[in-house]
Amino acid sequence: MPAVPALAAEIADLVAACARPVTVMEVCGTHTVSLFRTGARSLLPAGLRLLSGPGCPVCVTSQGYLDAACALAARPGVTIATYGDMMRVPGSQGSLERLRGEGAEIAVVFSARDALRLAREHPERELVFLAVGFETTAPATAVTLLAAAAAGVTNFSILPGHKLVIPAMAALLAAGEVPVDGFLCPGHVSVVIGADAFRPIAEGFGKPCAVAGFELEGMLVAIRALLVQIVAGQARVDNAYPAVVSAAGNRRAWELVLSVFEPGDDAWRAMGVIPASGLALRERFRHFDARERFGVTFGPDVHPPGCLCGEVIQGKASPADCALFAGECTPLAPVGPCMVSSEGTCAAWYRYGRLMAKARE
Amino acid sequence: MCLAVPGKILSVSDAQEGPLGPTALVDFQGSRIEVSLAMTPEAKPGDWLLVHAGFAITLLDEAEALATWETLRIALGDDLELPGAQPRPAVES
Repeated sequence: MPAVPALAAEIADLVAACARPVTVMEVCGTHTVSLFRTGARSLLPAGLRLLSGPGCPVCVTSQGYLDAACALAARPGVTIATYGDMMRVPGSQGSLERLRGEGAEIAVVFSARDALRLAREHPERELVFLAVGFETTAPATAVTLLAAAAAGVTNFSILPGHKLVIPAMAALLAAGEVPVDGFLCPGHVSVVIGADAFRPIAEGFGKPCAVAGFELEGMLVAIRALLVQIVAGQARVDNAYPAVVSAAGNRRAWELVLSVFEPGDDAWRAMGVIPASGLALRERFRHFDARERFGVTFGPDVHPPGCLCGEVIQGKASPADCALFAGECTPLAPVGPCMVSSEGTCAAWYRYGRLMAKARE
Repeated sequence: MCLAVPGKILSVSDAQEGPLGPTALVDFQGSRIEVSLAMTPEAKPGDWLLVHAGFAITLLDEAEALATWETLRIALGDDLELPGAQPRPAVES
């Protein structure tokens, strides 16, 4: 791996060669945090703008999904199992955390397997697992549903909320409201789907892509790769995380996903319904859909007044543009999801961005 | 949330686990957690894995696995979630 100062100098030269401001979007919450914590942001020239895109699963989940989860949690006999990130996201009637305080049965789990185990240990209860997350997380849900079907577990269902990152990137580009010159592609999503999965973004939209790991040098190498493409007027997928990510990804994992799910239209926070951007249960697994089992639907995507999370996840606004940021909305009392999740853009800016701003003053 | 962490396989279970199997006992810097190998069935004791939400998503070589630990510590600090550090799910019924 090249030395950091040399990489930073090369990046500065390449940005200068562009002779215009360049915008790179990252679509992974872990990159958002890591770009701050490793000091990468402070090493980059002023002409290079880093923009966070829809890369935090909790943040892109629509309010309608969250409200359906809360409605299920309030039902007698239902236990909700969820990844911890979802607990504190404010729905229109309060958060899951608040509902738990009021007596709802909500378990925080580390794996979909734990949710299935809870269902088997508590046959007297209906266990609903909140199936959120991108391509990295979807295979775990798929295998768990295969196991539930094989074991004939009848008190287990999921609220389907998995999202696919590439259709969201395509939707952002098609809308054309945010100028993006290249994408820093998510490392662990790419382990599953493979670096080649981003070719439609590079070849179809002419936008350079680089798959990146999470260490300082790796992220800088990926940013340099993007700038080399931008300067040369090219657009391809560079894999700057080759020790971990292959061109094809984990085919077996994705086949497992597609044996249970099929791509379906899905609603994203503030972005509306994006074609084929979610994972819908296939016909023979549809009885595991908690919406069918309990007759709930995803309501409207209504946002808290003044909250700009919907604009932040699309790169249309920076956290500092939000009147609530760091005043009414803080990690301890979050108004929107981007301040809740540790990898949310607002939470990252709250914790690290303000320090950087102070250091510059 | 899409972050995966590296761990080393201590043993692989030969119990019938259905679609979740095979499973392995995996060491994450001292925490021992059972992990599904459904997506990496070729993994064997001594191998390094990248694990996300209780499932191995790929094999890694040892040098990359150790480097990844260092990276994650620096990059995420307190936000780094060790699989074993999660609270055990509790249901009162």
